[in-house]
Amino acid sequence: MNATEPLRRFFAAARGAGVRISSAESIEAMRAVDAVGFADRAVLRDTLGLVLAKTVEEKQALAECFDLYFRRETPESASPEESPDSSGEGLAGLLLGGDPAAIAQAMEAAGEAAGLPNIRFFTQRNLYTRRILDLMGLRAVEAAIGEREDDEARRLTEAVAALRATVRDFVERSLVLFAREETEAFREELLRSTRLSNLDRRDYDRMRVLVRAIARKLAARYARPRRRRLRGQLDLRRTIRRNMGWSGIPFVTVWKEKRIEKPRVVVLCDVSGSVAAVSQFLLMFLYALNEVLADIRSFAFAGSLIEVSEILEHQPIEPAIAEIMTRIGFGSSNYGNSLADFEEGWIGLIDRRTTVLILGDARGNRTDPRVEILERISNRAKRVVWLNPEYRNAWGTGDSDMFRYAPHCQMLRPCSTLRDLERVVTDLLEMTR
Amino acid sequence: MPYSADLPRGPARVASIEAVEQGLASCGYIPSRQIATAVYLAERLSKPVLVEGPAGVGKTELAKSIAAWLSLPLIRMQCYEGLDEAKALYEWKYGKQLLYTQILRDKIGEVLGDAASLDAALHRLHGFGDLFFSADFLEPRPLLRALQEPGGAVLLVDEVDKSDQEFEAFLLEILSDYQVTIPELGRIAATVPPVVILTSNSMRDLGDALKRRCLHLHIGFPDAALEERIIASRVPEADAALRGQLVRFVQSLRGLDLKKPPSVSETIDWARVLVLLHAGALSAEFVRETLNVLLKFEVDIETAGRQLGELTARARG
Repeated sequence: MNATEPLRRFFAAARGAGVRISSAESIEAMRAVDAVGFADRAVLRDTLGLVLAKTVEEKQALAECFDLYFRRETPESASPEESPDSSGEGLAGLLLGGDPAAIAQAMEAAGEAAGLPNIRFFTQRNLYTRRILDLMGLRAVEAAIGEREDDEARRLTEAVAALRATVRDFVERSLVLFAREETEAFREELLRSTRLSNLDRRDYDRMRVLVRAIARKLAARYARPRRRRLRGQLDLRRTIRRNMGWSGIPFVTVWKEKRIEKPRVVVLCDVSGSVAAVSQFLLMFLYALNEVLADIRSFAFAGSLIEVSEILEHQPIEPAIAEIMTRIGFGSSNYGNSLADFEEGWIGLIDRRTTVLILGDARGNRTDPRVEILERISNRAKRVVWLNPEYRNAWGTGDSDMFRYAPHCQMLRPCSTLRDLERVVTDLLEMTR
Repeated sequence: MPYSADLPRGPARVASIEAVEQGLASCGYIPSRQIATAVYLAERLSKPVLVEGPAGVGKTELAKSIAAWLSLPLIRMQCYEGLDEAKALYEWKYGKQLLYTQILRDKIGEVLGDAASLDAALHRLHGFGDLFFSADFLEPRPLLRALQEPGGAVLLVDEVDKSDQEFEAFLLEILSDYQVTIPELGRIAATVPPVVILTSNSMRDLGDALKRRCLHLHIGFPDAALEERIIASRVPEADAALRGQLVRFVQSLRGLDLKKPPSVSETIDWARVLVLLHAGALSAEFVRETLNVLLKFEVDIETAGRQLGELTARARG
């Protein structure tokens, strides 16, 4: 095992912890480690953090992973010639000798031979534990214990039990380190296609990361420059003005520009009882949008409508969502009422540059849907986009007014999984082009 | 991705991490171990450092101190929206070019006067070379100057997050290879690669390409021991007892829920104020009167004001 091998393993483990490391970066990291050496652990950790991590969160994840990883690296005290043999005598000697460093080294070597870094699943724990113990020569020791019944045999029995526990612990730590990479990817893939209403609370953190990534995609598009030069159309007036200093000889040409408008976004988000299962997630998306877009106004509604831009802006995500839910959440929704509230208070926000985004199931509990208000909004706005968390074939059933609102939406999509949302965002971007 | 093995290398200016710590400290900048490691690695690997962190923790100061320590010129480029290569890299000296064309017009007759045919005249003209777009007419801007500096330089690209995405992309060539390409002249490479420090306040997310080319250093608020050392270095007039108290006070302020927690620069300012007022120890009144040095928002002053007595008592230990 050469010096770079532990580092390479560490990169694999770090990838599992969610730090993206390209091969170029891993080479760079090795060069950096060459420069600082392995001697000082804190410096080594800082170094890897400097080269590999690109955000504060990644630094944190990397530091945790570092501690976990290098804790299992064994001290190099025992002589390396004592390679593990399957005879059992070596192991018995080791166990009776009671030198933990030597035992740990034998265990590492056996783990290596058993292919421990390939462990992927929780259920493989017993298999690997058994394999390592066998490679260390446990069978022979057990046979030896069986033959005798003296003091030494008893001591050996105790030592074997301790060894079992140690190996098991070692395997579990390796599982945490090496299996994370694939399980993370697997879980994320699963999350993308799970229905939002079926999501577990414990997945929210992961979900938030994914949602933010989507919102950021939208933001990158949004942050494009507002002007584009029109090539080949000379702006004569500004060219002359710019070149006055050189007696009017046009050294610098100024081209006409086309202004590209940044869209203004108004979001109305349903938080009523009928969408309670997904409203957490809708608000999460709303929060992420608020973080990345500058010109956005957010509203939440159930029976009536309130503006929530302030709350989303000034509070961290958990309390913000909690506060919105206590102020307006649950209860039965009344779309007509809420639209009327919006028209009364904020219709002035909407002009021909505004995109109106409505997140909701259009179930108004058989109240008047006030379709004409949405029509007026639609006429003023650049476009109305409606995202419905229900399946398409549930629209229009029961108290759903979706099809009554539909004619006034430029875009109407089911949005029941994260993948749907991703697709919608891409389409939205296509439309703005 | 090319490695620094084929880049021109400057003299080994930095021997070890400890040398960085001592060197920066001698210029009045007390670095944490992490900062020193970053500077050391930047030198050894010839990589730029991207420094992020809240305002006032000494991001810009770091670049200044490195320049002072290594006695290199500091070339600073402040980024803002709309910054383009004409302002960052180079500009042609139009006025001089204009004069040149006029001189050329006057002299052209003399030069070409005795040429027999048009072909001969053209041939002679080619012999003069293309002076119009040459280094003589080039007006170097910060980035080009940093590359041309004969002994190397410290290039500070301040608040790179305020620049446009296009400009960020344009920086990539300089950051990875320490060279720029000027269409009329070709490639200009640095003789001695400059030490490059980029700072960012996280106004927007920087691109991955940029981040990948840099060492990423995050400077947070320092812990109490480090902050005391910083104050001792910056405001030596404050005695140890006062220093301990004011640092403890500021540290506990950061624990409150504030809009803008006080940074190191504010602590230094405050220490100076306290020294000027001949405060031997913290008292609730003193603190109340000078709190506006530490906190810049009315709401924050109110929040802190409510717990002032308790905080002061705790700081006095």
